[in-house]
Amino acid sequence: MNHLRAHGLLFYGSILAAFMLQLAPMPQALLAFKPYWPALVLVYWALEAPDRVGLGFAFVLGLCGDVLTGEVLGEQALRLVALIFIVLRFRSRLRFFPMWQQAVAVLALLLNDRIVLLMVRAFGGDPRPPATFWIAPFIGMLAWPWIFLLLDDLRSRLHARDA
Amino acid sequence: MALARNDSSPLFAEGASSTLRLVIYLALSITLMVVDRHFHYVEILRMRTSAVIEPIYRLAAMPAKLAHDARLAFSDRNALTEENSRLREALMLSQARLNRLGVVQEQNQRLKQLLDVQNGLGVGVQLAKLIDLDLDPLRHRIVLDAGSSEGVSVGQALIDAHGVVGQIIEVLPHTAKAMLITDPSHALPVRIERSGVRVIASGSGVIDRLDLLNIPASADVKVGDKLVTSGFGGRFPAGFPVGEIVEVKNDPSGLFGAAVARPSAALDRTGEVLLLHELADPIGPPAPAETPGPPSGIAPKVPAVPAAAPAAQATP
Repeated sequence: MNHLRAHGLLFYGSILAAFMLQLAPMPQALLAFKPYWPALVLVYWALEAPDRVGLGFAFVLGLCGDVLTGEVLGEQALRLVALIFIVLRFRSRLRFFPMWQQAVAVLALLLNDRIVLLMVRAFGGDPRPPATFWIAPFIGMLAWPWIFLLLDDLRSRLHARDA
Repeated sequence: MALARNDSSPLFAEGASSTLRLVIYLALSITLMVVDRHFHYVEILRMRTSAVIEPIYRLAAMPAKLAHDARLAFSDRNALTEENSRLREALMLSQARLNRLGVVQEQNQRLKQLLDVQNGLGVGVQLAKLIDLDLDPLRHRIVLDAGSSEGVSVGQALIDAHGVVGQIIEVLPHTAKAMLITDPSHALPVRIERSGVRVIASGSGVIDRLDLLNIPASADVKVGDKLVTSGFGGRFPAGFPVGEIVEVKNDPSGLFGAAVARPSAALDRTGEVLLLHELADPIGPPAPAETPGPPSGIAPKVPAVPAAAPAAQATP
């Protein structure tokens, strides 16, 4: 029971931290380099704990993100649902990829997410974003191994403490 | 029956990730977006959940704020003294300028009274701190540490010491969200101070750049021209500095000129801004004149008869 609670704490804590990081300020020059943190953390949990992360969860989480940033309701929900669907579809393969391959897969996922975002914004009437729009997925790819190792380490520590 | 289940299970029964569920969720979020575009439910939702949102904002901004405070606490005494003397100098200069302006204002007031002009330039301001947050890197939005309980309302203009910053677009009880003038969806009616040409300065999505499009080819626009608000549109009062033109070029079509300006305000997500209290007077056609006819005192009381008739019918 205790183990479950600690695990749940790590799960929700990491997601909350991802949203905080998303909101946290950065110097103006580095703004374009900020990866989509909630997506990265959610991809990790979809790979490691698919019983917790389903499409419905991604949808609800996306709605929370939308309310938090105050953009159009449903935008992040759409992005996260599309992302998590792909991850869950290819989960069995992605899990056993070596790290660098996994990072490349994450890059593809994030680029796809950018295209979805671009489409949503274009329908909303936004002008075309600057070229720096496409940098963030690459930073996400570079950040992926660290997120993976960090969360994996935290999880194995929980397991070790239980055993 | 059992055969059918066996057939379908390995292919489609993937539970949480089945295509049908994907389609349903995608359709749901697209419907939400379309509905939200029209009815802005998200603002109502944010208003309802502001008790949760506002602490999250404060929490997310805390590390940066702590870092800022720490830098301030450990900053060099020399640097502080230097800054202090510099500020003192600037204050003295401004004070001297203000004194001179005071005389001019008095004179202006007298002349205005002579001319019987009503609208003045007097504006009340309120200082508001910014919460250092990044809501969306693609949009230029800032979050203010003051909301509806501090008297902030949607549409108020924001300025800083150097020029126009933006306008309030959403108000929560203790925070408010504002759009910067460089936001890609922002447009600001401006006037070129030197020549009086009126143009629209639209946000470019780049923090130090405003685009002036569709300038008439014959208009007098030069690099270095100062832009001030023209007061059209009724959102921003006239006469506040906006920026300076840094580049003049031609439209791709060749029919219009285009220019690029640098905003004069320090468009940053930190520091303080001034909120203009009174909304600018909307400039537009004058209110419609009263219906022509004789003064009410001597007008025949025709409308009284049809008005009395329904009342009489209603009583029985």
